[in-house]
Amino acid sequence: MESKGYNRFRVIFAHVLLIILSFLCLFFFYILIVNATRPHAEIQKGFSILPGGYLVTNFKNMISDGTYPIVSGVINSIIVAGCSAALCTYFSALTAYGLYAYDFKLKKVAFTFIMAILVMPTQVTAMGFLRLITKMNMDDTLFPLIIPSIASPAVFYFMYSYLQSSLPLSLVEAARIDGSREFRTFNQIVLPIMKPAMAVQAIFTFVGSWNNYFVPALVLETKSKMTVPVIIALLRGADYMNRDMGKMYMMIATAILPIIVVYLFLSKYIIAGVALGGVKG
Amino acid sequence: MKQKNKKVNYSKWGYIFILPFFLTFFIFSFIPLVDTIRYSFFQYFRSGLKWIGPNFVGLENYKSLLQSDMLRYAGNTFILWIIGFVPQIVISLLLASWFVDARLKIKGQQFFKVVIYMPNLIMASAFAMLFFALFSLKGPINSILISWGVITETTPIDFMGTALGTRSLVGVMNFLMWFGNTTIMLMAAIMGISPDIFEASEIDGCNSFQRFFRITLPLIRPILAYTLITSIIGGLQMFDVPQILTNGAGSPNRTSYTLIMFLNDHLKSKNYGMAGALSVYLFVVSGILCYITYKITNDDDPDGSKAAARKRKKMERRMK
Repeated sequence: MESKGYNRFRVIFAHVLLIILSFLCLFFFYILIVNATRPHAEIQKGFSILPGGYLVTNFKNMISDGTYPIVSGVINSIIVAGCSAALCTYFSALTAYGLYAYDFKLKKVAFTFIMAILVMPTQVTAMGFLRLITKMNMDDTLFPLIIPSIASPAVFYFMYSYLQSSLPLSLVEAARIDGSREFRTFNQIVLPIMKPAMAVQAIFTFVGSWNNYFVPALVLETKSKMTVPVIIALLRGADYMNRDMGKMYMMIATAILPIIVVYLFLSKYIIAGVALGGVKG
Repeated sequence: MKQKNKKVNYSKWGYIFILPFFLTFFIFSFIPLVDTIRYSFFQYFRSGLKWIGPNFVGLENYKSLLQSDMLRYAGNTFILWIIGFVPQIVISLLLASWFVDARLKIKGQQFFKVVIYMPNLIMASAFAMLFFALFSLKGPINSILISWGVITETTPIDFMGTALGTRSLVGVMNFLMWFGNTTIMLMAAIMGISPDIFEASEIDGCNSFQRFFRITLPLIRPILAYTLITSIIGGLQMFDVPQILTNGAGSPNRTSYTLIMFLNDHLKSKNYGMAGALSVYLFVVSGILCYITYKITNDDDPDGSKAAARKRKKMERRMK
């Protein structure tokens, strides 16, 4: 057995390390928020612990900036992330249900195939993807950022595991006896059961799509069509630091904070979702 | 299968339900993949406004990539990944085992979990831009260090001027973004271990070190392997953070220039032949990693007991 003193030492050590790590996680965002509320000249002079009174001015400067259209960026990002989340969760649930509830010849092959491509990076097909969407006249539009999310192996796997644990096939059988058609069974009986899984995956897909930079940077060329990460990258490219840092910090805050605010409200469900993803079905 | 005499056949609905997924995959992933592989054997690039090719050149692109700095960039990618991964896995294991340790009674557990997971949701490109601003010569970090008297006003630290500095910054960012996620996953795995085992070890006089190394670690080995492989795949795709931090240059002297940044430059300059060959290299490597992940997630024999039983049966048969 361990002595009481040793355990006490461990308790203190654990708490100290946790506080240091939490400080690290929060510190950078604190500086971000503080600097987003200060004017350019003051930021250049040095760092301050307290926020300044320049928040509204920085915000006004940001939304009236024609070179870096962050407002249209936010709207585009919301469209792309929202549509991706909706399509991805609905069709992943549909695919999972199709493979879970029906017996057919290629069932095993289809399942194995999806599991095999579970963690395949999208970058390896980026070149062919760009050529394809150019041929389809979809380059410089938002469609190529939305439609491919219908096929998301990881989300499918999550849905499939969820179905295994929460949908008894007898329920589907009972619906059939009551004369429900297959699509109706899915939309009105299966989907409500899958609501918790779909909510979690919708959040993750939304965040993933909101933050996505690689493909949008290759696809989008017109400034008015750019999503937020592409505009942030433009700032870096133009060496924006020397012009108006207050506005720049404000733009970074606009990219980061909406997600954080939503996260703080839903953190319980999100963390539970991460834990579920880690435990194999 | 279950009711063969019942003549209603639902199997067509299975195909209908999975059709959208496979159709989308076929159009937006499979066709591009075939196209990518095809052009990897061609000389095909844009020079000014003129297109050169496509001319079939066989394995020429693959060869010239090997002679280029590709392997050095692969090394960079690996270094950037390992700088973030080692502290990430150590800290995550430590935190996860603390969180589930009843004797420690961590206060404010929910708060800590919420805070350490938060950076995972942050836009990597904006996070990198933030770090670029914070660690620049006139940035807040330098001004804090000056006010503490660590450095003088005339000699601010040029964090992004040295290879070590830039690489460390990328490593710190990757660490911050991923350790919370890993902690929560490992925690779920440790909580899956039967409490009986821990109780029995306690009665047998096991201390916390022994418990961690002899019980916890071996029992969560599958999820550790999964974390490792998915992290390697993530590392292979590293792009946003070094791209934005160094403005695509991987400066200084391309020491933080990753493979995907290399691919991105070929795609931007429309050198389709080279981009294709590089993609195929990446495809082969990630294919191997995918296969290992598949083996881990679909392992029906995680502790080796089935294999052992099969072996014994074979032995017995031979004895006869």
